[in-house]
Amino acid sequence: MLETALKGRQGYWGWLIFLLFMMGLGFGCYIYQFHEGLRITGMSRDVSWGFYIAQFTYLVGVAASGVMVVLPYYLHDYKAFGRITVLGEFLAIAAVTMCLLFIFVDLGYPLRIMNVIMYPTPNSILFWDMIVLNGYLLLNIFVGWNVLSAERKGIMYPKWVKVLAYISIPWAFSIHTVTAFLYAGLPGRHYWLTAIMAARFLSSAFCSGPALLILVCLIVRRVSNFDPGKEQIRTLGGIVAYAMILNVFFFLLELFTSFYSQIPGHMHTFEFLFRGLEGHGRLVPWMWTAAAFALISLVLLIVPATRRNEDTLAVACVSVIVATWIDKGLGLIIGGFTPNPFERVTDYWPTTPEVLITLGVYATGFFVMTVLYKIAVSIKEEVGA
Amino acid sequence: MGIDRREFLKVAGLSALFGLGGRAAMDILAPGELEASAEIPPLKKGKQWAMVVDALKMDEAVMDKCIEACHHEHNVPDLGTPKEEIKWIWKEDYEHTFPDQENPYIAEEFEHKTFLLMCNHCTHPPCVRVCPTKATWQREDGIVMMDQHRCIGCRFCMAACPFGARSFNWGDPRRVLRVAELKELNRGFPWNHNYPTRSKGVVEKCTFCPERLAKGMLPACVEAANKVKKGSMIFGDLADPESEVREVLRKRYSIRRKPELGTEPKLFFAI
Amino acid sequence: MYDGWKIIVGLIVCLAFFTFPFFYDAGKAAKAPEPVLTPKAKEAKECVAPGAYMKRYHMQLLEDWRNTAVRGGERYYDTGNPTWHLRVMDKIADATASAGERLYKSVERKVYYKSLQVTCMDCHSNKSKFCDQCHNYMGIAPYCWECHIEPEEKK
Repeated sequence: MLETALKGRQGYWGWLIFLLFMMGLGFGCYIYQFHEGLRITGMSRDVSWGFYIAQFTYLVGVAASGVMVVLPYYLHDYKAFGRITVLGEFLAIAAVTMCLLFIFVDLGYPLRIMNVIMYPTPNSILFWDMIVLNGYLLLNIFVGWNVLSAERKGIMYPKWVKVLAYISIPWAFSIHTVTAFLYAGLPGRHYWLTAIMAARFLSSAFCSGPALLILVCLIVRRVSNFDPGKEQIRTLGGIVAYAMILNVFFFLLELFTSFYSQIPGHMHTFEFLFRGLEGHGRLVPWMWTAAAFALISLVLLIVPATRRNEDTLAVACVSVIVATWIDKGLGLIIGGFTPNPFERVTDYWPTTPEVLITLGVYATGFFVMTVLYKIAVSIKEEVGA
Repeated sequence: MGIDRREFLKVAGLSALFGLGGRAAMDILAPGELEASAEIPPLKKGKQWAMVVDALKMDEAVMDKCIEACHHEHNVPDLGTPKEEIKWIWKEDYEHTFPDQENPYIAEEFEHKTFLLMCNHCTHPPCVRVCPTKATWQREDGIVMMDQHRCIGCRFCMAACPFGARSFNWGDPRRVLRVAELKELNRGFPWNHNYPTRSKGVVEKCTFCPERLAKGMLPACVEAANKVKKGSMIFGDLADPESEVREVLRKRYSIRRKPELGTEPKLFFAI
Repeated sequence: MYDGWKIIVGLIVCLAFFTFPFFYDAGKAAKAPEPVLTPKAKEAKECVAPGAYMKRYHMQLLEDWRNTAVRGGERYYDTGNPTWHLRVMDKIADATASAGERLYKSVERKVYYKSLQVTCMDCHSNKSKFCDQCHNYMGIAPYCWECHIEPEEKK
């Protein structure tokens, strides 16, 4: 099936070459980081995780969201999604690839990464995160690839593939739950130490991931002869709407607990994010931007007319992605470290090489996704023709 | 001396080694410590090392001596910027040492007091719980130890530590030998040729000097403190009711940082 | 065969590229260097284990020292106690282990402080002639010296 990725139009090749260029740029910066150490990033003793780990967290959500097309198809026999399950699975593959790369570029001593396997430590959540992420990657590769090649041959996929697909459903929930546990079990980090963290992660995953999938489906329809389908996009829109409502609801729950109880430690981070603390307010405009986009997306998603109109739905999806990305990709990690254990505030902002490495990883993920989607779409066109 | 005599003799029983000869062993053990004893003492057994800082005796001049002694002993460089700062032992004011003990009407004596901080060697260390490679772990004697050979630099322990006791090598610490301004800040680095530096990309912190304990010596900071002001720092076995630390804790009111988190720090401040 | 000449040329280029190091160095075998002993090391006559054994297994011994000293808290090494040797032999393949058994003889009973930087390099203070020569010849670069301070050598 790989050969289908080698035949494409000019736009396809142009896009791949652009991604390769960005990957090269990121790789170059990584060599620099490898040589100089992580001091070339904006991270510090106080904010000791930054942009990389934040992107990792966000993308675990995108990866987990593949389940939102897999689950209705396999568990509820919702036939319409049969057309696009493979798109969900391939999106998950690309997202997990990026997750693993983000963990890698964040390591201080990357040559020793195999220590995690050589000295397995089950009491560390990071150990379990490694297991669930790699497992989820393999599950999606096996299921996606086999279902697609069966479709090409016009036969039913083998039974064991269906077993793996069933396994992948709770597995998808596990990857984001375990990732939330990375944060939610740390004493002394009030912003993270909350039982609702995993639920918040899952709700934000199940709105941002399907939102991205809707946008990708709209692009696929425009650049190929394969139409993911009106009904499919409409159902996905409903999923995004529910998940986004839950996401905002959970956030409001956090606000209530913090501010009604008036416990300073619980309020500090929110103050830092939305008002600025001790004169540090770099994230304030970002967080209000996120709030504004969340509001716009909610209006567009809740009003049936705008949700069912693909143009306004696309706007809503972009808004969801912007809002959830700022929330998880900036606020969550930086906020969690602020204020520090001495209740002091240290500013963090990613440096240029840090951003370029991040873009390089994103480019790698989009490269994987483009190639996989090209294969999937070519086969769909072939079968449809 | 912070350790009582009986305890010290047990530790110093390593002098058994002296009887067996060995040029290297002789070089390391200072002659005074080599009191005779029949066997190598089981250092790990039944010990729970703990530290008491006497906040009334301790003053900033003594603290500075302690910090210098520790950072020179362990080749901890001054990297010139708080962003990359590495500290094993450091000073902090009351408000930021005990942020959960906010009290606008606290006695003036404490309002402006400075405290000497280091790793708490918690009884239930969150850093150990999260480490994915066992690069940091708890020894039987309670010391929360670091293996810089094992650390992958994921910095999970730094996120988990509620006391800000851990530092990361954002760059190569030996950079201070190459960069002119840093060279100026670190004259004579590496100060201790019997202790390694670290490499870039690993986490480090106070270790209660197990390499000194093994030779029957006190941690570098305690030794330095007691040279200037006797009794300002007390180190010993928390498991032994007869030990000096236990005696001080029996007689004096003591506080610890963030006790509500349940990590049970073994660094006490007698006030 | 379509594009046959392209494939053949490609194969030849690949083959030439991958075998280039062999042609480049053909007939230029360098002599294996011998580690040089300092007067102090010569005087001591014996290391912590027999010389032939150390030549072959110093890496395993150092790793054992590192683990038992840093992780196990046992900072002294008693040559009279061969448990470390059994531990080391446990870790290596059978064929080499039997060679190790042959090479291993107990040395005079002494106690050493387990430390590459303090103990080993005290005798072998000529790192460039004792360690580096061979390591360079073998094309390996142990990362010990990223942290451990090497002795200053007089030129």
